[in-house]
Order: sequence, then structure tokens, then C-alpha cells
Amino acid sequence: MLELITDTETEPTVNKTETQEYFVNMGPQHPSTHGVLRLLLTLDGEIVKKVEPHIGFIHRSIEKMCEKDSYQQIVHLTDRMDYLSCHINNEAVCLTVENGLQLEIPERVKVIRTIISELTRLASHQLWWGVMGMDLGAITSFLYGFRDRELITDIFEETCGARLTMNYNIPGGLMFDIHPNFQKRTKDFLKYFKEKLPEYDELLTGNIIFTERTKGIGILSHEDAISFGVTGPSGRASGFACDIRKKIPYSAYDRVEFKEIIYTEGDSFARYKVRIDEMWQSMYIIEQLIDNIPEGEIKAKTKAVIKLPPGEYYQRVETARGDLGVFIISDNKKSPYRVKFRSPGFSNLSALNTMSQGFKIADLVAIMSTLDLVIPDIDR
Amino acid sequence: MNFSIYDFTGFVNSIHSWLNENFSSPIGDIIGMAIIGICFLTFLALLGLTLVYAERKICALFQQRLGPMRVGFWGTAQTLADIIKLIFKESLITKNSDKFLFNLAAFVVMISPVMAMAAIPFAKGLHVLDFDIGIFFITAVSSIGVTGILLAGWSSNNKYSLIGAMRSGAQIVSYELSVLLSLLTIIILTGSLQLSEIIESQRNGWWIFKGNIPAIIAFVIFIVSSTAESNRGPFDIAEAESELTAGFHTEYSGIKFAFFFLAEYVNLFIIAAVGATVFFGGWMPLHIGNIEFFNNAMDLIPPVFWFFGKVFALIFLMMWFKWTFPRLRIDQMLTLEWKYLLPINLANILLMSLVSLNGWYF
Repeated sequence: MLELITDTETEPTVNKTETQEYFVNMGPQHPSTHGVLRLLLTLDGEIVKKVEPHIGFIHRSIEKMCEKDSYQQIVHLTDRMDYLSCHINNEAVCLTVENGLQLEIPERVKVIRTIISELTRLASHQLWWGVMGMDLGAITSFLYGFRDRELITDIFEETCGARLTMNYNIPGGLMFDIHPNFQKRTKDFLKYFKEKLPEYDELLTGNIIFTERTKGIGILSHEDAISFGVTGPSGRASGFACDIRKKIPYSAYDRVEFKEIIYTEGDSFARYKVRIDEMWQSMYIIEQLIDNIPEGEIKAKTKAVIKLPPGEYYQRVETARGDLGVFIISDNKKSPYRVKFRSPGFSNLSALNTMSQGFKIADLVAIMSTLDLVIPDIDR
Repeated sequence: MNFSIYDFTGFVNSIHSWLNENFSSPIGDIIGMAIIGICFLTFLALLGLTLVYAERKICALFQQRLGPMRVGFWGTAQTLADIIKLIFKESLITKNSDKFLFNLAAFVVMISPVMAMAAIPFAKGLHVLDFDIGIFFITAVSSIGVTGILLAGWSSNNKYSLIGAMRSGAQIVSYELSVLLSLLTIIILTGSLQLSEIIESQRNGWWIFKGNIPAIIAFVIFIVSSTAESNRGPFDIAEAESELTAGFHTEYSGIKFAFFFLAEYVNLFIIAAVGATVFFGGWMPLHIGNIEFFNNAMDLIPPVFWFFGKVFALIFLMMWFKWTFPRLRIDQMLTLEWKYLLPINLANILLMSLVSLNGWYF
């Protein structure tokens, strides 16, 4: 039977106390893998010896599909990768194409894109916070997270009609102008959420069971974070300063003030704290921009059929999960020759085995949750 | 028929004597048992429906939702509809499971709370078995339940179930110690294991108020460890839906799943009932010393309402922390029991003995 469920490399080893290691298939249908991820666990009782992620269950060959689509169409595929930072994904492709065309993007577009990116990040972190609590058994936090996220998706709905996969960006600018209510509603939301975010701390952060479950668990060292390419909040919790918004500012990030949250502990609690603190920083960024949206055009003039000059283009953005890279090779046709996405989830998942060895099954769930995996982002 | 809602003794005795007069000795007893059995089955079914509905509404309250609202007035018929669904659902059995043990487990899990129910005093005179070892009997039969969980985990032929069952075995066996020791702390004061005498000893005040500091410590330990013993959150590591999908009852469906589900709620009721009886005077109304006026006013509320009021207050407390706290990990859970609760408990018993010897209680 064993051959059927495991790969050839992983033979169970018998240790000295005559207990036997065994395999458990976690996923592809499992409540805490957050999608169709299959983890092959080698367990010694409750202790995790090895984690092998098996991916590809939701592979839709987005990169290959991009090779036959026009540049405007590619944008619409990307929000199906990391659906929780859809706006930021779209922005990444648009920025790459705009760089290739060397377009002058109106200031208004840059500011609106930044505001909505930060709102997306907030919504993503809210959902993550809810799910994090649920993975640790506190189901109430799940509904609290969704309650607050609902207000952001309402703003999105009013702005562009969609709540999740937004498609608000197009190469050259934005699809529509913002709704007249946008500024007011966003400010209302910020006021509301500033009161609610301390509630998050009351419910989970200060809870003794929660801190016991996360402190000192799933430690990812600074060196490992860099060598696995773990970016985003998970990387920054290990002291790896990898915020693209600071390092290579794009859109309007060069004109706003914000702190790059860095913790050095590298454990689950640090990863949790990074995201909570990032929510405060995101609100701070939006506050600086929301009253200063410059007047002007909402898109730069582009041709109906975009053809990038031959060459290679690369653009990095900071999604809610980390460093998303878009690499386009163009051969002067209406669709790209090759597109490659460097998705943050894939690299973050690769560190899971190192992080969870020696910890318990319950810790593995907590570690996976703090990595904030979105499976369609890993499989693409 | 001298029926009184304040004292069921006469009512129960009159049924008993009527049975004895009209039937010969064994048949009368058997009919008596059958009546009790039917009463309990009805009570269990109603209890299950009420508690499941209560849990849904209470957790909805904590989560800023409404809970079930569609079936019946305010969703009251929702649990009934669920039970009907579970009864008519196909009962699946996994291919290589041990079918005999698989089927047996669901019943074993149900047996222990039903047996424990027999020893619980619901009101004055409304008491099936008034053993002189009442507390001992309840704790003894409630530990049968773990056998059912272990059987379910082993026979399901599922690794998740097995991990859940092993966890639950370690957990229940450990926490039983604390439950019994915390109850023993109060037994020192009452001097009897008989539940009716424990209640009678609280005629001038409940033990939680009379028993000084050790009684309060004992109550906190009791509520923590009995929650753990009944596999409820934050100690629901045996089910741990985010880790083990559903733990020991992953493979159960239909009515057998309903048995596990019902057993959880009946266990919850029994824990709350034992807690209410030992610490809060069971059906005994709130009395303060010898203040006649106050005591007489409290006596106007029938004992059965006092009992169910206290029980549901304790159930609400346990639901409250289930829906607030995250789940513990298995090793933290055993650490909590063996390194903290058990030593505190033993010291507390010593303290209570001192209190009892010196008469420092009220």
C-alpha cells in the first residue's frame, strides 16, 4: 500500500524505540490547506518529520495562456493567481507594459492605484487574520475578519463593479474614474477600522493560548529566509528587509511615508505581528494620499493594439504575500513571446519543510497559516 | 395523586405504590423502569434539540450573526430538521474498517452519559438513583465514554481518526483526575458522596459561597478540567477540525454521527448538572444563612427551575469560552493537567482540609 501513496524517495525509517514513522496525506481536500494543496506528512506520533508539498491541483497554465493573449487581456488573467491581492497583480502587469512602452502615467492614476493597492492589502490581511484564528480553533475571529473586510469589498464594488477579482487596472491607466463617494467611504472605513483593529489584539494577540501556540514555533532563520526566497511579511518576520515598496518604489510609494515592519524572531508570532502592524502602516499610507488625489487624466493614451518593443522587461511589486515579479519577453508582436510570474506563495511554501520539522501537527497548521498561502498563486 | 411542583417526593411515591398495588413484584418494577426509560429518552431527545439550538444561537451571538432563522420561528425547527435528515441519511462504513467495533462505538459513546443521567437530582424527589456513592458513580460511568472514542478511532481505518482517538484517550484519562479531585474538595465539607445529602448540606448557602477560597479554586479547576473531559473547545483536540478534519468521528455519517453529536451535548449537560449540584446547590434555592424573609422568598421559585437555571448558566459559560479561545496543543494540554492543575488541586485539598478542621467555612 505504501508505494501507492508515497514517492519513492521517502521510505519510512524504523527508529530505536521500535515505533514506526507513518505517512498522512494532508489534502488536497483538507480544511486548513486553504485550497487544493496536498502535503505528504511523515509523522512520528504527533511530531512532524518531513513535509512534502505536492502542488499542481489548480494549475491552469496562466503563463502559457498569456502567450496567445494581447497585453490588455493578460491583465485579466493575473487576478486569478493571488485572488486576495488581485489589484496588485494587475498593477504589476500594467507597470511592466507601461515600462516597456515608456508611457508617462498621469499622477492621478498612480495615487489611485496606490490607495487601492493598500486597501487590497488591508482586505487580504483581514481575511488572513480571520483564517489564522480559525486554524488555531478560534472560529469567532473568522467572522470578525470577514465583517471588516466586507466594508472594503463594498468600496471596491462601488469603484469598479467587482468585489474580488477587480480588473480595475489597464495598461496605461485605470478603466474608470473613482466613484464620487470613494474618498468619503474610504475615510469612513479608516475611522471605523482604527477602532476595530485593537479588538483583533484583544481577541487573539493577547490571548495566552494563542501566544503559547505561536511563540517559538516554526522558526525561520534570517539565512533560510533569504536562501528560500521567502518574501513579504513572512520574510520580514525573519529580519529580511524585502519590502519592494521601500526598495524599488513604484506608483506613488516614493512620496508617502511609512515604516517597513521588521521583526527578527522569525517565529509564527513574529509573522503574525508583522501583518497586524502592516495593517496600521497601510492605513497610514492611505491617510496620506486620500485627500491629495491630483486632478487629471485617468489613463495615458495607448494604441488599441499594444506591441512592446523587442526585449525583456521585469517589474517587481509587493503583494500582500510578498515579492511578485512579472517577466515579459517581447518579440514585437501583439502578444508576448514568454511570460513568467515569480509568485511569492511558491517560494514561501518551499520553506515549509524547514520550518515545521520537529514540531507537532497542530503547529504545522499554525505555521502554514502564518505563511498565508494562496494556492492558485502557487500553482498558477 | 398529590402533585406539587415544589416537592416531587409524594408524586413519585404515589406512582410507585400504585404500581406495587396493581402488579406483582417483578412486573411492577419492570413497568417502573420502562416509564423511567421512556422519560429519559424523551428528555435526551429534547435536551439534544435544545442544546444544539442554544449552541448555534449563542455562537451566533458571539460572532455577530443571527444563526438559524429560516426553519420555524427564529429557526427553532432547524435542529429538528437536521435530526430528520441525519436519521434518513445513508450510514456509510469504510471498506476495511472493523464493522462490529465501528457500529459498537457509537452506542458505547451514548451509554455513559445516559447512565450518568440516572444519578442526577433534577428537583426535590425527582431523582432516579440516589446512591450513597452518587458522585463516585457519575465519575465512574462517565469514563466509559472514552472507550467509545478509542473504538471509533481504531475501527475507522483512518489515520486522522486514530490520531484523534489517541489524543482523546490521553486527554480524558488525565483530566478525569482533576475532575474527581476538585469534586473531592467539596466532599470534604459535605462528608458524603450521596447527591441528595450534598444538596441538603447547602440549605443555608451554596458551597461556592460557603466554602471560602478553596471552593472557588476547586470550581475553576472543575470547569476547566470537565470541559477538557468532554472534548469541548478550547480542548477539542480530539476533533480539531483544522488539523484532523473531524478527528475520531471523521468516518461516521447519518444516525451514528448523530449519536456522537448528541453524546457531546448530553455530556455537557451532565457536567453542568454535577457542577451545579456540588458547587451551586443543585435544586436548592439561594439561601443566605438564617435570613427567613429572604429564604422564604427564594423558596417561591420551584426547585426544578433553580436546577435548570443553574445548569444552563454553566452551559452558557462553557459555550462562551468555547467560542472565544483558540485550541490548545496536545502537549500543552497535558502540561496544563500534570504540571499545574493536579498539584494545585492536591494543595487545594490540603487547604480545604485545614479550612474544614478549623471551621473557617460558613
